[in-house]
Parts: sequence; structure tokens; C-alpha cells
Amino acid sequence: MELKTKINAEEGKQDLLITREFDLPLELLFKAFSEAELIEQWMGTKVLKLEFKKHGSWQFESTSPNGNMVVKMGGAIHDVIANQKIIRTFEMENTPYGVQLEITEFEKLTDNTSRINMHTIYESVKQRDEVLKLPFAQGINWAHNRLQDIVSKLK
Amino acid sequence: MNLRRDVFQAIADPTRRAILLLVASQALTAGAIASNFDTARPTVSKHLQILTECELLEQKQNGREIYYTTNAKKMKAIADFIEPFRQMWDDRFNKLESVMKQYQAKKS
Repeated sequence: MELKTKINAEEGKQDLLITREFDLPLELLFKAFSEAELIEQWMGTKVLKLEFKKHGSWQFESTSPNGNMVVKMGGAIHDVIANQKIIRTFEMENTPYGVQLEITEFEKLTDNTSRINMHTIYESVKQRDEVLKLPFAQGINWAHNRLQDIVSKLK
Repeated sequence: MNLRRDVFQAIADPTRRAILLLVASQALTAGAIASNFDTARPTVSKHLQILTECELLEQKQNGREIYYTTNAKKMKAIADFIEPFRQMWDDRFNKLESVMKQYQAKKS
């Protein structure tokens, strides 16, 4: 199956662009990012804090499948424009991966389809490439692993 | 030897990335490559050696000159490391889509 999510990460640059089209109306797509309960469901993380507004902040917590390790991630919410744009910073606490600036744009395609463009800017080219290699190296992607566990049990 | 890791170490250096970009458009001799940089010639030679060792560059003999060209297959390995990251986001977004479809069904 072709992956719907496209990533454009040019060689030697310190940013990347993630794009994806959804079979969802724009308002529902935006809502998935704005409500803690919904974020917890699709990100698989616990939402510790979500001040979803200009000058707000956020903090999520992800626990490893065996419950031994907890990773906290968080940042500032720079600006929110309903159904259009979210600008925030992202940092994995107590890791050497630095701070990322994320500019997420929401776009209406038809009444029932929409698109997301996530532009992420890293502190350096090296840091971007390190983060890109993370899913290989570390158990950061626990939400994804849990999802796979659930899906494989269904088979 | 972990070739993949070596490839990433090789491209971590800005001069080496610049060399790759330069050679990507045309085959060049070491002298021609060096003439594009202010860096001392032996330093450029060292970079060329590293890039050749991790197979990002290939050497081709043409008469008395050695020309450097990029190894397309190895360059693709750099693109490949994005794949697991993309897969992760694709899974997340698939989940988002199904969560929101359920949400929509409940509301209507």
C-alpha cells in the first residue's frame, strides 16, 4: 500500500516538510490537534498539559510498553489560528536532540477532505539527521509500537 | 563495519556535502574539485578519500586523470533512512483519521 504521508527532507538542510491528505473535513482534522482527549487517542501519549492558545504551553508523556521508561516532551505554543495554523516548539526532555520549531498548516481540499503541512525546523542539519534516525535507534516511538501490538493481536 | 553509519558521518561535514553537490552535476578531477574551495588541497584530498571509502564517490580513470563521480546507489541510502520516520508519521496519521472518523460518527 502506498504511504499517504510524504516527507521532503533535502540533503544538507536543517528542516523538513511532512504533508498528508485526510478523508476528514478541515474542522475535524484541526480538532484532532486541539483537544487533549483526542490527542491521547491518536498520539498514544498522556497529555499532562495543553494550553491551546497564543502564548500557551504543552507537555505530553509517553511510557515504554514495559512501563520502565517515561519520556516527557513539551514546549511553548507560539500561536494558534483556528482551522489554519499552529506554531509551537517541541522538545524531548532530557535528551540531546534540541528544540524544534513546528509550523503546522491546515488546508481545506473539499468539504470532506483536508491536508496538513508540517514544517519542522531543527537547530542544525546534524540534529535533524539525528532525529530522523531515531525511530531506528531508540524506543521513542512507543505509541507506534503499541499500535502495532494492538493491530497484530487483531490478526 | 556499519556502512550506513559511516555514510551519515561522511555527510555530516559541510565541505563533504558541498563536494557531493559539486560532483553530482559532473565528473571532476581532484584538482578541479579543490579549486572550488579555499581549503588546502590536502584537506580536500582527505575529504575525497573519506567519501570514496564509504562509497559515496567513485573514481574513474580517464587517461592520466582520475575523475570523481557520485555513486547513485549509495546516495539513495541517505534517502532510505527517512523511510522509518515517514512510516511512523503515516501510522500516526492513519490512527488520527480513524479516531476522528469514530468521533464524527458519534457526533452525527
